[in-house]
Amino acid sequence: MISLTWQWLTDPATWTGPGGILAQSVTHLRISVIALALAALVAVPVGLFIGHTGRGRWLAINVAGAFRAIPSLGVLFVATLILLPRLSGDLAFELPVILVLVLLAVPPVLSGTYAGVEAVDPAARDAARGVGMTESQILWQVEVPAALPLVLSGLRSAMLQIIATATIAAIVGIGGLGRYLIDGQASRQYEVMAGGAIVVAALALLVDLVMAGIQRVVVSRGLVEARAG
Amino acid sequence: MIRFEGVTKRYADGVTAVDDLSLEVPQGGITVFVGPSGCGKTTSLRMINRMVEPTEGRILINDQDVAARKPAQLRRSIGYVIQHAGLFPHRTVLKNVMTVPRLIGWDQARARSAAMEAIEKVGLTADQAERYPAQLSGGQQQRVGVARALASDPEVVLMDEPFSAVDPLVRMDLQAEVRRLQRELGITVVLVTHDIDEAIGLGDHVAVLRQGGRLAQLATPGELLREPADDFVASFVGKDRGYRKLGFTGADLDPAPEQTVRLGEDVPTGRGWVLAVGEGGEPLGWVDRHTSGGPVGEDELHRMGSLAEVGDSARVFLDAALSAPSRRGVVVQDGRVIGTVSAQQVVDSLERT
Ligand SMILES: Nc1ncnc2c1ncn2[C@@H]1O[C@H](COP(=O)(O)OP(=O)(O)OP(=O)(O)O)[C@@H](O)[C@H]1O
Ligand SMILES: [Mg+2]
Repeated sequence: MISLTWQWLTDPATWTGPGGILAQSVTHLRISVIALALAALVAVPVGLFIGHTGRGRWLAINVAGAFRAIPSLGVLFVATLILLPRLSGDLAFELPVILVLVLLAVPPVLSGTYAGVEAVDPAARDAARGVGMTESQILWQVEVPAALPLVLSGLRSAMLQIIATATIAAIVGIGGLGRYLIDGQASRQYEVMAGGAIVVAALALLVDLVMAGIQRVVVSRGLVEARAG
Repeated sequence: MIRFEGVTKRYADGVTAVDDLSLEVPQGGITVFVGPSGCGKTTSLRMINRMVEPTEGRILINDQDVAARKPAQLRRSIGYVIQHAGLFPHRTVLKNVMTVPRLIGWDQARARSAAMEAIEKVGLTADQAERYPAQLSGGQQQRVGVARALASDPEVVLMDEPFSAVDPLVRMDLQAEVRRLQRELGITVVLVTHDIDEAIGLGDHVAVLRQGGRLAQLATPGELLREPADDFVASFVGKDRGYRKLGFTGADLDPAPEQTVRLGEDVPTGRGWVLAVGEGGEPLGWVDRHTSGGPVGEDELHRMGSLAEVGDSARVFLDAALSAPSRRGVVVQDGRVIGTVSAQQVVDSLERT
């Protein structure tokens, strides 16, 4: 089994071509990035608002909890049923998948963002106001930069979940690394399933590594020092 | 000059933090708001830069109602220092101090040089300017907080318990620093503290507030100690106010001539202590004639007591007398010994005044 998986993974034919790992990875990543971007588009502003004003915290907590309880597969089937007749082409299949992934990513991004802003030293916020920053200057010049480590942690954990879950795209017939899991099972080629799972995990690790690199660059050294010291 | 006119602040929950407060903070100098915890000091201070809006009454700076100005604009023109410094953790010291200059629209170069100047003023180095707040000690962070408040040359600086989170030695340093900066820059400092010693030691004027934000007394430290307005002020000022008052009382004294000896000279005959001085007449220490004879060596010198300078307060003179092994306090002028005073002389002079 292990050697079969190894054989499959090291066979150049597995990687190249239209249905190869490289092509499927690109599809997988494309869907994942779109989902993360959409989730961030919704959750970051809401999180900033909640963190800055202190209002609507209950919303963040409850919505995040509710979202976590939603079964991904269920949403996928319902969304596909609803959207399929109304859309055409690949979009009809991709959109439900992306929707599921967005729902999945909103809670970690939302709670990372508002927790990050909320955790900003009250003295720093008071000083910002006291030296004459406007509310938006306080948000952008103090709260967001100081909250960045937690915001980015939220995005990273969201991305890990997205990449793992994006395999369900294969269920509704579109590409991505989930193909190997579905097709492998259908044809009882367990080495393909195992290989596919390994590739998904590797992709997740790789993306996380890249995001960690970005985090190092954009987060102020002053905040890293604060943690260390 | 800052004037409170019938200022009342009731918070939404019904607490009256400040009740009909009227007072004048004179231009220049340090005015301290002092009082027990919860008496409305912070609230009063924060109404000056509109961090808190009064429920009734008004506050004028140079005869202009602060309510007529946009809060952010107003605050940029007033320095603001708080207890835990409140530095921006993601910005270097320099960037922190550049905050207000940048907010009021100075270009990068001008803001930078103003900030560097302020950083040096508070006794930090160019090297420390490149650090982040987390890399500084609490006392250093507080200095940065002061520098940030001074960078754009405000006329008025508000400070809310700026030294209460640092240890006593650092606190004394910072107090002296603020004192010096105030004198150097001629700014008006309004400082809040609950520590009466800090108020008396640092303030040119002290406003004692009582519970409910009512003014009990506004006076100079000396007046406060000599004539507390009522029992509340008297008890707040503390038990040993009679003694501490000496710090604000002049001493009208004629120092008695003191026999001196230079190092290497023979100890003059006689009994008791003799004062050793250096080449320029500067005091070095006391020599005990019981144990010494012949030429005076450095190892025979007993420690000096504290020194009193002509013009010092009665407290300094008394301390000089009490801390000298001879019980004669050494009085100096321009570093040279001009004589000594006894505790009895100091006390006598107090009886006369
Ligand atoms: N935002 C607020 N909402 C409601 N009540 C407040 C608020 N801020 C202060 N108070 C109340 O107003 C009163 C005065 O508070 P303030 O902070 O001005 O006191 P303080 O003299 O600075 O006290 P401390 O020495 O403890 O700092 C207190 O009873 C306090 O509980
Ligand atoms: Mg206070």
